[in-house]
Amino acid sequence: MDLEFITTYYQFFLSGTINTVLLAFFSVLGGTMVGVILALMKLSEKKPVKFLASAYIEFVRGTPLLVQLFLIYYGLPHIGIDLPDMVAGIFAVSLNSGAYVAEIIRGGIQSIDKGQMEAGRSLGMSYKMTMKEVIIPQAFKNILPALGNEFIVIIKESAIVSVIGIHELMYKTDVVRGITYKPFTPLIVAAIIYFVLTFSISKFLGIAERSMRASD
Amino acid sequence: MIKVSNLTKNFGKLTVLKSINESIKKGEVVVVIGPSGSGKSTFLRCLNLLEEPTSGEINFEGTSITDKSVNINLHREKMGMVFQQFNLFPHMTVLENITIAPIKVKGICKEEAEKTSHRLLKRIGLSDKAQSYPNKLSGGQKQRIAIARALAMSPDVLLFDEPTSALDPEMVGEVLDVMKELASEGMTMVVVTHEMGFAREVASRVLFMDDGQIVEQNTPSQLFSHPQHPRTQDFLSKVL
Repeated sequence: MDLEFITTYYQFFLSGTINTVLLAFFSVLGGTMVGVILALMKLSEKKPVKFLASAYIEFVRGTPLLVQLFLIYYGLPHIGIDLPDMVAGIFAVSLNSGAYVAEIIRGGIQSIDKGQMEAGRSLGMSYKMTMKEVIIPQAFKNILPALGNEFIVIIKESAIVSVIGIHELMYKTDVVRGITYKPFTPLIVAAIIYFVLTFSISKFLGIAERSMRASD
Repeated sequence: MIKVSNLTKNFGKLTVLKSINESIKKGEVVVVIGPSGSGKSTFLRCLNLLEEPTSGEINFEGTSITDKSVNINLHREKMGMVFQQFNLFPHMTVLENITIAPIKVKGICKEEAEKTSHRLLKRIGLSDKAQSYPNKLSGGQKQRIAIARALAMSPDVLLFDEPTSALDPEMVGEVLDVMKELASEGMTMVVVTHEMGFAREVASRVLFMDDGQIVEQNTPSQLFSHPQHPRTQDFLSKVL
């Protein structure tokens, strides 16, 4: 196998990897924000609010990410919103991830003993304040491993945004395949990079989780 | 101070409280006793609307708090509550547990709130625990902190929901001592408990509840030595 091309085009893989990590990082942040809002909506006692969140989550989970990506990429300009490609990509992946994160967070919040809410309320704190000060900080600690997992999933799934021309790892790999007329070997390099990324993150998360449990 | 009129509470088809009428006056220590399932905890939790009454009225310091338009949070500031399971906030230090509500709800500045907490901690004998997390404390210590947390809001009345039921026997005393001290200082208290000794010694009035009703009430000496109602007699013969 001729791996000569790596020394020539390593810059392509490097910048692609950086973009993939950036995309995944901001999508997890965005997804968490969307997820928190959706989770709180799902826990609401107001039926329409609850319904709206459920409908959103079901829609996102029931349609392919690729379709959602196209809907946002081609749909937003229609309503007069023109985002840079990278931002549109982050936006689409965040909205998608938010639906999954919402379920993670809802589970986390429901795992907190209901005495915590009662204690907060009995001190005169509002529902919202108790959520913010008491429930969510505790829930967050419980759901951190699942969130880390979501980060890994997003790193892998973000490959799909190459179809709208975002210069992340998969896109760059395709470029190298084109320039070198090698359809196969650059993919091996990409696969190895993806694996190293996800594997080291999962190892790192494992360590972080253990040290957090130690402080309990 | 608290006036309960025709308080009824249903859980689904089950009627837990059957049209209760009761008044609690300022400075009284009212102890509620009765068999489990008699509705005494539900009664207590209705007083600050942790349980929403199905019907009836709770009037607290002249305001009908069961009225939907009332902001219950404002009135809960004046009604402290201590729970069977302590319910301290595990992610906060003892000091933060005590200061959070004064700071966030009352808008008291941090220094002032901490000064008050240190004074309260000293009073319950736990000054050295200010920076500890709740999971490092014994049950008795946790419950004393929970009492301090409730006191930090300077409430007009304190509600105790079986405060010693989750404690190891040797820790019951330290919690009851704090409660006795509060009672002697004139704090208005409503206490649901199985500690008959506490009821006898500290209560100004004892309510005996059974089957969702206040069956009998009297001063502790009268109620314990001359129970009138057969169900009271039956209950007391089993627990004393």
